[in-house]
Amino acid sequence: MSFIVGGKSIKNRLFVGTGKLPDYSILKRIYEELNIEVFAVAVRRINPEKGKGYSVLDFLPKEAVIMINTSGARNYKEAVKIAMIGREITNSDWIKIEISGELKYLLPDNEETLKAAEILVKEGFKVFPYIFPDLVLAKKLEDIGVSAVMPLGSPIGSNKGIDCELLLKAIINEINIPVIIDAGIGRPSHAAKAMELGADAVLINTAIATSPDPFSMTKAFSMAVSAGRLAYEIGLPKEQEHASPSSPLTDLIRGETK
Amino acid sequence: MIEEVLKEADKILKERNQKTSIENFLFKEKLSPYELLILLLDDNDENLYLMAEVSKKITERYFGKVINLFTPLYLSNYCTCGCSYCGFSMENRNLKRIKLNEEEILKELKTIKSFGIDSILLLTGCDMINTPFEYILSGVKIAKDMFSEVAVEVYSLKEEEYKILAQNGLTGVTQYQETYNKEVYDKLHPYGPKRDYYYRLYTQERALKGGVKEVTLGVLLGLNDPIEDVFKMILHAEYLMKKFPNAEINVSFPRFRPAGTNFKESFKITDKMMLRFIFSARIYLKNVGIPLSTRENSKFRDALIGYGITKMSAGSKTCVGGYSKEYYSGNQFENEDKRSVEEIIEVIKRKGYRPEFTNWVKGVVA
Repeated sequence: MSFIVGGKSIKNRLFVGTGKLPDYSILKRIYEELNIEVFAVAVRRINPEKGKGYSVLDFLPKEAVIMINTSGARNYKEAVKIAMIGREITNSDWIKIEISGELKYLLPDNEETLKAAEILVKEGFKVFPYIFPDLVLAKKLEDIGVSAVMPLGSPIGSNKGIDCELLLKAIINEINIPVIIDAGIGRPSHAAKAMELGADAVLINTAIATSPDPFSMTKAFSMAVSAGRLAYEIGLPKEQEHASPSSPLTDLIRGETK
Repeated sequence: MIEEVLKEADKILKERNQKTSIENFLFKEKLSPYELLILLLDDNDENLYLMAEVSKKITERYFGKVINLFTPLYLSNYCTCGCSYCGFSMENRNLKRIKLNEEEILKELKTIKSFGIDSILLLTGCDMINTPFEYILSGVKIAKDMFSEVAVEVYSLKEEEYKILAQNGLTGVTQYQETYNKEVYDKLHPYGPKRDYYYRLYTQERALKGGVKEVTLGVLLGLNDPIEDVFKMILHAEYLMKKFPNAEINVSFPRFRPAGTNFKESFKITDKMMLRFIFSARIYLKNVGIPLSTRENSKFRDALIGYGITKMSAGSKTCVGGYSKEYYSGNQFENEDKRSVEEIIEVIKRKGYRPEFTNWVKGVVA
């Protein structure tokens, strides 16, 4: 069930965002008990100067994979700068490019994201662009050499689930790098659906962070992700308009025996 | 133009007797200004509980379980305005006027930094002679080396000046209109640079055009009919959000507090009214930031954690030089919540929220 992304073999296809969590102390537990390996961390949430225990880095196990997030960046220049600072602080070269085009729906600015990706790939980062699901852009990003693309399922924090299935499927089917669905996934069933579509992983933040029990909710998501992936690998049955025979008797009843 | 928005607001305000059940629209993704006004006017306690719950859900969606902390630093209390409600007013002859020099600013900032704070708001009175633009610029330059977020609450500046400040590390601008009612505004601001209502009204736009990433609007509740002021401020914020979709916009609801003057507020603002204003802003503008200052008492502030507010000031002193205690000058207003930063952190955690100090990467803006 594991897959290779950013030069690493990752077993758990549930990635967890840390930005909205009420308490970072949960991170160690979900790493150890639920085997979550990848954590998205906003550089603006890291405060390297204090060392007073409020930096998210103080709570992440050393072995965890840190995906640095450029959230807060408004253009490619800021994203590149944040990425550089982030690498310096965390020692991780996994960069999620997140450039907000506007703040109400937090939709990404695809144009600026492409520019940032071009620079960061050249700078040797493992680049994970958060994008509006646009196949043409995804292909350009693939050509540049990003490690994966991260199209949104629906706007960040909206809990609307996979709201642009057609566009996501086009990306999943047409590009050859991992696709990680990021944003909008509110329920474990949404995550399972993303995996059934063939996504390689999902990234969840709001749904876990704002749950009354973030640990158990992470567990629920992790199970759903595994279930969805397993079903995808086995091959899901096609949907049909009419009932299809499931019993040998049906043939008899219909009089279609030889 | 914001004037058109305010004119439209006046028209809607004239129809304020209109009664509709708030449940008809509370859960809509986008409310109309008419519906906003109904929320502001509603006086049913049951509805207030409902508004609180909706506010909580929206706040969690947009901001998570996080409260950002910041601290204000008063650089100077020199002022050339005669605003009758303010402790810094030129009319306040009892006030000892003080201006921190660079060394003193650094000392104050170091003290605040030692609390763990990473977001600073620099304030001055309205005096372009004693605290000229260059003085504000030097304050920003000193602060940006120590803090991720540096905001100013000073007199209205030109776009070009905001641009220079932004290039030198300024991330935010706070400017209170005090009241949106022009007549009342004119009466309360008899002289000084603050007298120009329209120049002040466009401050946030000039700042955003100049490149700051965050602005805060505010009205001083108690000066005028609060419904009118809050209604217009929320519409002003919405107008800015539409015009600058990439900017972070905050709305603030300070209540008038005694400030060493004889001024008596014209409208008494109850806790219930404050709650309704905050919830209405949250429900109408889902992603607006809402700071809550130490003007409010600790009980009120604690109760609001999770229900709409996104930021809290902590450990605030409203007199110049108040942190390193070199000086004691008169306050701009009296603080109600006098707890230390550590105590505020404890309360936030106890409520199941995470105190956050950084919302921006230092050095990225400049």
